[in-house]
Amino acid sequence: MKIVVLLKQTFDTEEKITIENGSIAEDGVKFVINPYDEYAVEEAVKLRDDHGGSVTLLSVGPDRTAEALRTALAMGADDAVLISDEQIPDDEFAVSKVLHAYLSKENPDLILGGNFSVDRGSGQVAIRLASLLGISHAGSITKLTLNGTTAEVHRDAEGDLEVLEVQLPAIFTAQQGLNDPRYPSLPGIMKAKKKPFQTLSLDDLGLSEADIHPATKQIELSLPPARGAGRFLKGEPAEVAHELVNLLRTQSKVI
Amino acid sequence: MSKTILVYAENRDGKLRQIALETLGAARLIAGDGDSIRVLVAGSNITEAVSALNDYGVDTIYTIEHDDLESYNPEAYMAAIGAVIDLAQPDAVLFGHTAIGRDLAPLVAASLNAGQISDVTAIDTEGGEAVFTRPLYAGKAFEKRAFQNGPWVFTVRPNNIPAAEAIDGANASIEDITYPAPSLRSLVKDVVRKTTGKIDLSEAKIVISGGRGVKSAEGFQPLEELADLLGGAVGASRGACDAGYCDYALQIGQTGKVVTPEIYIACGISGAIQHLAGMSQSRVIIAINKDPEAPIFKVADYGIVGDLFDIVPLLTQEFRKVLVS
Repeated sequence: MKIVVLLKQTFDTEEKITIENGSIAEDGVKFVINPYDEYAVEEAVKLRDDHGGSVTLLSVGPDRTAEALRTALAMGADDAVLISDEQIPDDEFAVSKVLHAYLSKENPDLILGGNFSVDRGSGQVAIRLASLLGISHAGSITKLTLNGTTAEVHRDAEGDLEVLEVQLPAIFTAQQGLNDPRYPSLPGIMKAKKKPFQTLSLDDLGLSEADIHPATKQIELSLPPARGAGRFLKGEPAEVAHELVNLLRTQSKVI
Repeated sequence: MSKTILVYAENRDGKLRQIALETLGAARLIAGDGDSIRVLVAGSNITEAVSALNDYGVDTIYTIEHDDLESYNPEAYMAAIGAVIDLAQPDAVLFGHTAIGRDLAPLVAASLNAGQISDVTAIDTEGGEAVFTRPLYAGKAFEKRAFQNGPWVFTVRPNNIPAAEAIDGANASIEDITYPAPSLRSLVKDVVRKTTGKIDLSEAKIVISGGRGVKSAEGFQPLEELADLLGGAVGASRGACDAGYCDYALQIGQTGKVVTPEIYIACGISGAIQHLAGMSQSRVIIAINKDPEAPIFKVADYGIVGDLFDIVPLLTQEFRKVLVS
């Protein structure tokens, strides 16, 4: 079983966002494995331990992404591939083309990724890859069971549970509840340093800038307006409840 | 040159969803004079949804009815919408940013070799060009994005774009499209409805949300009573989900769902940054917490320092009085 995990490095979700010179400031920011991708890593390592095979991590990102990949190697993945090239734009159309160029030569049995990345949050890349590779997919899964050439997955669809049987090869994206990702162990961290780690450029993939011309472009970046100061309602619980409902009717006019 | 805009009009169990009208509203925002707005309704029982759409002044309603489309299956739905795209050759394809839209839009975009802008919260025109606002980091920042080339694919976030309004005397032409019936590599074996009769969290106008302060699964009971009374939905913080008080499907935050209701009531939620990202664009925020220093109060319009188990049932009583009068 050849498993590839799509992994993105993101800001820790407790980080505040600031804008400097028209882009999001990265100074002093703590970076993590995208939380949804962490479930994918855990699931891949468990499946490999149960069924044999290998787990390859695959990422598109700047050089700092190596740190997240090392962490995932320490969790138990076997090797890592980082596609790093300043010409790759922040557009899902382009990123999926880059990943496709690599994956189309690898023919994995199973590709796992996160439901979406907590930074851009568009949830496109893994599903686009299913289309580009011509394989099946199921998004937002909370359970995965392999049965030979098929997989049974549970999918979270706005709170309802859908049970699907999907032929392999396939792509699945992880939702919360799929598993509890392990922490890297000390021996795992030591071993990770010696695991194969490949860095590729667009040239290495036989792609030119024209192949990955972005289909969409950011034209403005801003922070949401700060919320005005609110007020505390004080008094006995019954009075406070009465006052609140009254305010919602007369001031906020939402009831 | 006139454009053709195709709207995926989502139905749930045969009923047109509110997001379908909001997606149609988005189509009107990008349509110019002479552009053609067409909608697709797909499913296994769509008569009611189709007739509901007839009042909204669209040019064509494409309908595809087939048993394969009873539950969402990406391959079956892609085949259905692919047949319509082949026919209509749209310049733009629009979806709601829902469980179905999030899954289907990237398949359509990839098949069209097109760009996609996801989770759009506003659409403006700047210098004759359509510009799409969308959140980054779950709403800690926003970007405006534009397409570099066509066709366009985008998904719109529920509760943000004004719904299309009915037009007197509207009458659409209805075209039944044959489902191409591909051999499916994926089968939906079962659908377990856990939300029957409940309002979807991301579409809800009122969200009552619980954190660690609810202390147990049973502790959500008073929140559910208030939500039921107001026709709202219950949500939760990561703390409450991690503690096992509720399903992860209820989680609101940077991991989890982003909600933008009219009223958000946070009960026993401290207000970690990652939670605030998921709810701070709500119109009116009410926080109930024992700790007056809790960060949630910094984003709340109205703060109540107290025990949610005292306050929430009293709120339910007060709302009930107002609603019956």
